[in-house]
Amino acid sequence: MTRYFTEDHEWIDVEGDTGTVGITDYAQGQLGDITFVELPEVGASVSKGDSVSVVDSVKAASDVYTPVSGAVSDANAALADQPELVNTDAEKGGWLFRVTLSDPAELGGLMDEAAYKVYVESL
Amino acid sequence: MSEISNPDDDMDLDVVEPWLLPLDVWHRAKGGRMVEFAGYMMPVQYEGIIAEHLWTRENAGLFDVSHMGQLFVSGEGAEAALEAVLPIDLSTLLLGAVRYSLLLDENGGILDDLMVARWAQGFYLVVNGATKWDDIGTFRELLPDEVTLNHLDDRALLAIQGPKAFAALDRHVSGEHPLSALTFMKGGRFSLGGVEAWISRSGYTGEDGFEISLPSEAAGHVADLLCGEAEVKPAGLGARDSLRLEAGLPLYGHDLSSETGPVDAGLQFGVNKRRRVEGGFPGAARVQADLANGTARRRIGLALEGRMAAREGAKIFSGNQEVGIVTSGGFSPSLQHPIAMAYVDTALAAEGTALSIEMRGKRLDAKVVSMPFVPHRYHR
Repeated sequence: MTRYFTEDHEWIDVEGDTGTVGITDYAQGQLGDITFVELPEVGASVSKGDSVSVVDSVKAASDVYTPVSGAVSDANAALADQPELVNTDAEKGGWLFRVTLSDPAELGGLMDEAAYKVYVESL
Repeated sequence: MSEISNPDDDMDLDVVEPWLLPLDVWHRAKGGRMVEFAGYMMPVQYEGIIAEHLWTRENAGLFDVSHMGQLFVSGEGAEAALEAVLPIDLSTLLLGAVRYSLLLDENGGILDDLMVARWAQGFYLVVNGATKWDDIGTFRELLPDEVTLNHLDDRALLAIQGPKAFAALDRHVSGEHPLSALTFMKGGRFSLGGVEAWISRSGYTGEDGFEISLPSEAAGHVADLLCGEAEVKPAGLGARDSLRLEAGLPLYGHDLSSETGPVDAGLQFGVNKRRRVEGGFPGAARVQADLANGTARRRIGLALEGRMAAREGAKIFSGNQEVGIVTSGGFSPSLQHPIAMAYVDTALAAEGTALSIEMRGKRLDAKVVSMPFVPHRYHR
């Protein structure tokens, strides 16, 4: 399994042709208390860069963009009752959705963990 | 991901560099996350908005509201001159009493909402931070030369709010009268940790609490004293906003503007009885007409189904007809569901009316409810 990051603070774990997407711990820290997560429909066809999910915090709503194109294969049902999982476990239990990748070459444009760390420190 | 910007959060200010509060270093040392608001760098949160919100409802939160404008009106004829500018009846405002009032334009539109207190030598006013420069201009224009307007910009303003605010503050206060002599909307001069302070039993959270005006250079000392009490934690702008929303209190620039008048905003109490009859303040004709005839729309509270919050600017529908707009909205930490303040057609403003709110292409079900959303617990 390989983990990639975007400049918009999403992470994606790729195993075979399935990518699991969430927002980074840095991102949840910036957003503060998350009160609601709008998830994409399973089966929806999405293109890299589309806003497919929305994370609502006490103060504001934030778009989540899919880092890859493909079909949404799963969404994290646990977030319906426990949106705060995105705060407490952003990079694991607080995952948002899964995508079956249609173009794995898109991963080439993403950052690895070390590069993302440098990127966050530059902000 | 990126923040969906709220148009009114990006205020167009003439100043490039934000000002620093007297407690700037203190906030940063406490872990405050600083954001620009009303031209100042201010703490939006320390440990988290929900934690600070709930702590304030159960214990006491300390808020720095030093960005707000503290003004002092004095001199010969100050009372009559101020009545010509504000729809307030100062003849019933006793020494030390505090009252909510409104600064209106010639058309009766709201330029700001403010607090007026009677001090021995004149009147102490607290106005909103984002509007204080315009307010000062308006007062200077409308007050005669023999009346003096001082901007008390060497003073900080702290608010300690919550059911345990009294106990925590009382340990550090001495004065001619005990702190317990103050009831809601009453104030007086006290010594607070050795510092001269004007303390009033007031605030903007719906809880019992106090607002403390003190010299800026003493603010750090007093903030440390109060936060040294087990009941008190610092609370930021984020919690202040969610608390005031639950308390049904409007926020200028969002729920109030020059497009709204006292009557549609539900703030008739800000126009005192004698003044409703006598007039003689800016916009009196419109206010009197609105009081007599009612208004086309009204400020109301909405409780939403589900967990998705409605935000400022969201359109409100009754069936397919657009009937209003959300002016403040968010998740209520105390009620655990989203709430909103809005203006809707008066015919649809009755409690229990079912409406829907358009958010990101979806329709959220909502119901008109009475405000405050969370009951006030003032010490009357």
